[in-house]
Amino acid sequence: MPKKAPPTAIKEQSMEIQKSMIADNFRQLYDAPKTDQKVVSTFVPGNLNELLMCFDFARNLPEINALQNAMRKRTGRMIMEAERAGHSEDVCTYVKADLGMMAQGNIGPTGEALPTPDLLLLSYTGCFTFMKWFELVREQYKCETAMLHVPYQGDGVITPNMREYVVKQLKEDIIPTLERVSGVKFDIDRLRQYLRQSAKAEEDLVWVLQSAKNKPSPIDAYFGGVYYVGPIFSSFRGSEGAAEYYAMLRKEVEERVRLGKGPVTPEGEMPEEKYRLVVEGPPNWTHFREFWKMFYEEGAVVVASSYTKVGGVYDFGFRHDPDNPIETLADYCLGCYTNLNLPHRADMLSQYVEEYEADGLLINSIKSCNSFSAGQLLLLREVEKRTGKPGAFIETDLVDPRYFSAANVKNRLESYFQMIKQKREGNAPLGAAA
Amino acid sequence: MTDKTQKTTADISAKLETGNSSKTSLMYRKNLKDIVAYCQELFDDLDFKAVKSWKEAKPGRKVIGYMPVYVPREIIHAAGMLPVGIMGGGDQLEVIHGDAYYQSYICRIPRSTIELGVTGRLDVLDGMLFPSICDVIRNLSGMWKLMFKDKYVRYFDVPQNYEDEIGGKFYIHEMQTLRDDFAKLVGHEITDDDLRNSIAVYNENRKAVEELYAFRAKGPWKAPSTEVYLLVRAGMVLPVEEHTQLLKDYLEVAAVEDRPVRDNCRVVVSGVFCEQPPFNMIKSIEMAGCYIVDDDFMLVTRWLLQEVPISGDPLENLSKAFLHHSNDTAAKYEPDVDKKGKYLIDSVRDNSAEGIIFAGPSFCDPALLDRPMLQNALAAKDIPFTSFEYAENSGQMQPIREQAGTFADSIKLWSA
Repeated sequence: MPKKAPPTAIKEQSMEIQKSMIADNFRQLYDAPKTDQKVVSTFVPGNLNELLMCFDFARNLPEINALQNAMRKRTGRMIMEAERAGHSEDVCTYVKADLGMMAQGNIGPTGEALPTPDLLLLSYTGCFTFMKWFELVREQYKCETAMLHVPYQGDGVITPNMREYVVKQLKEDIIPTLERVSGVKFDIDRLRQYLRQSAKAEEDLVWVLQSAKNKPSPIDAYFGGVYYVGPIFSSFRGSEGAAEYYAMLRKEVEERVRLGKGPVTPEGEMPEEKYRLVVEGPPNWTHFREFWKMFYEEGAVVVASSYTKVGGVYDFGFRHDPDNPIETLADYCLGCYTNLNLPHRADMLSQYVEEYEADGLLINSIKSCNSFSAGQLLLLREVEKRTGKPGAFIETDLVDPRYFSAANVKNRLESYFQMIKQKREGNAPLGAAA
Repeated sequence: MTDKTQKTTADISAKLETGNSSKTSLMYRKNLKDIVAYCQELFDDLDFKAVKSWKEAKPGRKVIGYMPVYVPREIIHAAGMLPVGIMGGGDQLEVIHGDAYYQSYICRIPRSTIELGVTGRLDVLDGMLFPSICDVIRNLSGMWKLMFKDKYVRYFDVPQNYEDEIGGKFYIHEMQTLRDDFAKLVGHEITDDDLRNSIAVYNENRKAVEELYAFRAKGPWKAPSTEVYLLVRAGMVLPVEEHTQLLKDYLEVAAVEDRPVRDNCRVVVSGVFCEQPPFNMIKSIEMAGCYIVDDDFMLVTRWLLQEVPISGDPLENLSKAFLHHSNDTAAKYEPDVDKKGKYLIDSVRDNSAEGIIFAGPSFCDPALLDRPMLQNALAAKDIPFTSFEYAENSGQMQPIREQAGTFADSIKLWSA
């Protein structure tokens, strides 16, 4: 009997536009060798998109490739290919999916070939693995690599020394390299113009994310949120297209708030909001829709998430500042979520639980991502202690299908929802459902 | 050289000759057996009794713990405090609480370190430094802040940019912050001369460690790696002056000890720079027929590769040493693709090694992600290697012994 095709997902208009923007970027990358456009590969957290646009680079983001491949169920084979080539089972699956994709001909998620980059811009922000990842791909591409070392906020603050260090690297190392590789002279006014667009988009994105304070929440700030942050976290921040997208998204969500509607799920509008959650950690990409379904089937809405801050924390006031173009890039890089120390992350998550009137904190702990995951069990306890709301802990992976156990995850989620329900009725002790 | 600098250098030399400010109190008789037994005792002691004794010997003394791979211990020493290397709990510590803080896919060292902390074994420490090595240790710094609120806790970032004017300036400032923080902790200023003196003391120590390594590389049957390991490990808890003396004493007695030469091959062990393997793993490698002639255990003692100048600005000197003359490991970025793995190839050549054993801790991102690149570099030079993973509490050594034995046999049979 032929396998039944999954039903077509229902999407908001903004999701369709976002999908088309991402597809356009893959097309631009595919065309780059023909159009003679220079290509840079760089990471999502701490990406310098506005700066790269000043040099007319096409931007390739390896994490986006990996997650897009995962959503298309392709990463399992890629990861095994990398493991056959000698990479340990223990290490980051984003890296192995990328290396496996390269080994299989470097065909991107849309089926179009990805070009050899002219430059690897290693923005070493909030993740140690990034450094090794680009050393590994550098070995394959044999292209130039520029390193931007972004210090960690160990004490929970950005010190003048940290900012100055990043600014100096940008001025004396990164910008001259970008000029040399691209052949385009740096124009600071062009950068300012892009930064203005970024700030506009950021303003609208924050409005959209904070709309989840409404009851019911008009959005799902995790599963829906990953669509919303797609353009601003990847190769569109600073572009007119991104600013237009976020203005349009805001209007769409404003309308949902006006009508008192809940989020749109792949199976249509969510009829009733039963549980409001804050989620810490990235989603699983290989079973994204199945994972989401476990929430919306139970009436659970994610009202705030840390993952939607991984490419920039905007909801505490930061906006790209065109009046201080280089310094603002430094502050952006230094302020990404995984560059914050654990006490700061505990503060943020507790604040989310309180401000979004959530029922508790759910942690999706990712096997591959020590940057997020190491210390999450303490975070859970800390947030529970501060908010008095119960937490739960599930474990999956980013792009390795071997580490998604649907039955286990579903079981834990159901127990958690049960616990919240009982707590509301006043007869459950506080404790994690993990 | 200015008069002032000349005077400073002379003062420091004089201090060194008289054993510096710390009176030595080594608790062993100067023979090989006693020295090794003393080191073994220090290694086995999970309650840090030696550190407690040091602290209790004089009121007001303070202790700063640090994790692998590297911190400038000179600054701790210059403040009059004792730097103590926290290398995890090994295979003798039962980890009960520590496991409750971590998922199954996180390495062992943070679990056992938390175990040491929550069971009060680290109460002797007045502060902890968490160097920039990986995301796990980085996040542990935040956990420590949340869990041990009365202690000084600092994530110590080091530059991945090696330009004096960029990474150097950042690093000097980070060290200055550490210096200021420590001055507050001990209640007095840390002068440039204090720092110069400490640099000189650590130069002596680095020299002694290098001599020990050179001695082993020249005649590995004379200095088994189990002994070398214990000797260097003793430096994690002893005052540096005492540790230097200990190494000198060992070298003196080991040189005259008559030990049989075995038909072992010579290997470099790589990847053991953070979570330490069980002591039995080192024994097993040797028993399998491999003389370890170089390794990256406790790199803090060998991080700086040249003598750090004691004249001039001490923090600038430490910075330059870090940027331009420091060891390579997976925790550092290698800007030059052609130099990736060169340090291992150099080690093989300089120590007349015949192969490399990659021993990486399970779930160690730096070691395990770096390994394929290092292996490619070795393969290009036809240097044989083998690889396995371990955890600090691994109990079963038979597979490792067999793998190391097969590797040794293959070298002897086919590398002639």
